[in-house]
Amino acid sequence: MELIFEKSMEGRQQSILPACDVPIYLPSQTRETLPKLPQLTENELSRHYTALAKRTFGVNDGFYPLGSCTMKYNPKINDEMASLPGFASIHPLQPAHTVEGCLEVMTLAQQFLAEITGMDGVTLQPAAGAHGEFTGMMLIKAYHESRGDDKRKKIIVPDSAHGTNPASATMAGFEVVNIPSAGDGCVDLDALRRVCQDDTAGLMLTNPNTLGLFDPHILEITRIVHDAGGICYYDGANLNAIMGIVRPGDMGFDCVHVNLHKSFSTPHGGGGPGSGPVGCKAFLQPFLPNSIVEQEKRANQDLSIGKVRSFYGNFLVIVRALTYMLTLGREGIPAVAYHAVLHANYMMAQLKEMFPVAYDRPCMHEFVLDLSSIKQKTGVSALDVAKGLQDVGIHPPTMYFPLIVQEALMVEPTETESKETMDEAVEAFKKVYETIQKEPHLLRQAPYKGVISRPDEVTAARKPRIHYFYDK
Amino acid sequence: MGHYIPTTDREKKDMLAAIGMMDMQALFSSVPSHILADRWDLPAGLSELEVRAKMEKMADKNKVFSSIFRGAGAYNHYIPAIVKAITGKEEFLTAYTPYQAEISQGLLQSIFEYQTDICQLTGMDASNASVYDGATAAAEAVAMCKERKKNTVIVSKTIKPDTLEVIKTYCRGNGMEVVLTGEKEGRTHLQGFAPDDSIACVYVEQPNFFGLIEDVSALAEVTHQAGAKLIVGCNPISLGILPTPASCGADIAVGEGQSLGIPMGFGGPYLGFMACKYDLVRKLPGRIVGETVDQKGQRAFVLTLQAREQHIKREKASSNICSNEALCAMTAAVYLAALGATGLREVAVQCTSKAHYLATELSKIGYTPLYPGAFFHEFVTICPKGAQNALDALEQADILGGLPLDENTILWCTTEKNSKEDMDKLVAVLKEVG
Repeated sequence: MELIFEKSMEGRQQSILPACDVPIYLPSQTRETLPKLPQLTENELSRHYTALAKRTFGVNDGFYPLGSCTMKYNPKINDEMASLPGFASIHPLQPAHTVEGCLEVMTLAQQFLAEITGMDGVTLQPAAGAHGEFTGMMLIKAYHESRGDDKRKKIIVPDSAHGTNPASATMAGFEVVNIPSAGDGCVDLDALRRVCQDDTAGLMLTNPNTLGLFDPHILEITRIVHDAGGICYYDGANLNAIMGIVRPGDMGFDCVHVNLHKSFSTPHGGGGPGSGPVGCKAFLQPFLPNSIVEQEKRANQDLSIGKVRSFYGNFLVIVRALTYMLTLGREGIPAVAYHAVLHANYMMAQLKEMFPVAYDRPCMHEFVLDLSSIKQKTGVSALDVAKGLQDVGIHPPTMYFPLIVQEALMVEPTETESKETMDEAVEAFKKVYETIQKEPHLLRQAPYKGVISRPDEVTAARKPRIHYFYDK
Repeated sequence: MGHYIPTTDREKKDMLAAIGMMDMQALFSSVPSHILADRWDLPAGLSELEVRAKMEKMADKNKVFSSIFRGAGAYNHYIPAIVKAITGKEEFLTAYTPYQAEISQGLLQSIFEYQTDICQLTGMDASNASVYDGATAAAEAVAMCKERKKNTVIVSKTIKPDTLEVIKTYCRGNGMEVVLTGEKEGRTHLQGFAPDDSIACVYVEQPNFFGLIEDVSALAEVTHQAGAKLIVGCNPISLGILPTPASCGADIAVGEGQSLGIPMGFGGPYLGFMACKYDLVRKLPGRIVGETVDQKGQRAFVLTLQAREQHIKREKASSNICSNEALCAMTAAVYLAALGATGLREVAVQCTSKAHYLATELSKIGYTPLYPGAFFHEFVTICPKGAQNALDALEQADILGGLPLDENTILWCTTEKNSKEDMDKLVAVLKEVG
């Protein structure tokens, strides 16, 4: 398909601004040439993006079981509330008495999130999950430093963790200690005991973990870390499985981030914006980032880690999430978790007859298939199956994650998909499975129905072309 | 309560039977039973109509000013109608990061086009797919420059306060030392600046927090003499007319992209853009889209240079960023396409022309400029009767005045949305105050 720059025509312009009604002032130094930007009519611009939309698969196009991403339905009322002028047209530095509604939104959202996670304080500043992790790591660092406990330089991360966990710990200046998972896919308690020492700053864990398993030893895990003087950080990427059922705070966690774009239904926007509020227990509260809502309540400002983002966070995403939380309320929030878990177990039960499950026991909101035996027998990889699923109308599951499963496909149906949709998806998987049995070579070239076939990623990385060259 | 769960009671029973479980509670048998929470201090759920009423009531408590003269990092620009029509398309709104290239070509191409626009605006060779906002873009750029023996960042004293705060937080994490420059008449002042080998980079904003034009080329020369990199935080609207950061000698250009079609939204979501010279591209954080071909030789787009990223490199990644601000990046690209280069230049010219008109008119009634020299679309004046009196009077007239910097000075901002009539009204109100 043509790029917008190739559709551009010299001389075309849209009439958006009136003529300037004051004398023209030009800076003494100006750029030598104007930037090259596309020149199109509104009609052409609209058609260009409509064509791009047709080449993009969203949750509204069909089943999107991308594990770890919680691709649930994004309710439309949320978007409509976020576009109310009373929220969208408010300058972030307006006087406090003119933004009481915004402050109420933030206070209510904080109350909901504190209750759901079992925490005492919440900051809404982090703009995404990984940003929340960084914020949490900085809280842990500031806490130890405030006690003069300077030895605590290590963060323990299980080998099944999201890649953001070790990356966030490094950004906060910690050394990462990876620990292997036990045979059951959960935390190896002996390995944990061995690394928990007086240099342990904390542990980062998601529970249910990235295999979709709730770690039954969670209380023992958090106790081991606490006994060594460490802080327990909860990666809330998988909160959809347990919200309204059990609080991370009651599992022994001290600090947690939640992904509003996952569990709380705000749209993923093709990669963002998200929002990653961080909650913490009272003893970490003095270290939270500065923000107007908390400012009045907090006496000791100098302990704060400072700001992690300008202003107060992705406010309009928070408006959407609050709309969702108010809609669901105390009955709806646990109903989400129950159905997310029911749906995942239902799909797993059908799929495991064809594709081996990495850890075959009841799962939480997602499960991981391990295709290594299939690959050994037929040469068909997890990647091939993912590409084959595109041809039968499904967005593929997450591939090759977690890293501890060789040929992983991570499936997360979410609570908003119907039984029929899941049954159809199982049929689609079955078609791919039959192809594996009969004509495995066909899958090596899949997809066939896409607007492109498999792209050459090696050349893309070796000879990067990362913008359009006007002068070619 | 409201919910979005399609499963009927009958289906629930069927599914439980299919997985061999007695009831819904059995799904959570791996959770230690004594920590299952049975009491939740949450309100009952609501219908859509009730939720709408509750949210609208909160929105109504906020004041939407009919005329805004405040900037300081968030700008009240006109957003063409086509922008929201396009970015509201459900395909874009409800997709996630385009890991599966074949069914995400539209999204990937839109990011590629955005990257091209950012390169054009800044004059740089490479752009990423966005980070959270201008402040985190600055902090990430500083981290890009860290080397084993180069661990100090020199930050101009004239940058936005929030950006400085965020740079400090990130540097407290990665162990870099933050040193502030001096300030003279509202501009970066390097007197006493001793070039030394430990300096990794210098960060300056153009225009700066006070709206003033900095001599970036001179800063670039000093920075490069010290063997350090120059990072320039820029206002993208100003790049419709001001010299590009690349032509001034910057190695990395970052900025807040909110001005490009994104609503003020009480501070977010916004758009952090990051662009750099080609030799730094492998240190650039975040997603990058590249052009390649598929097996049939057709044009194709993919996420590329992923060896920098957290999902591959884990603790050795250049950044932890995963979710970015993709939809805001698309917003910026649509905005730029709607205006075109001459339209963007016109926005920039109107912003700065109106600022100069307002500054002149304010000066006539005693609100004289605090700093001499060139400015873009923001400027600081003194307030003869105190900042708060002036702002209170303006608020009575439904005008959001500039940002008070202290008791006697205000940072004003104009955009293309401020008409001459509005500015004359503002001046008339202030004249009343005396």
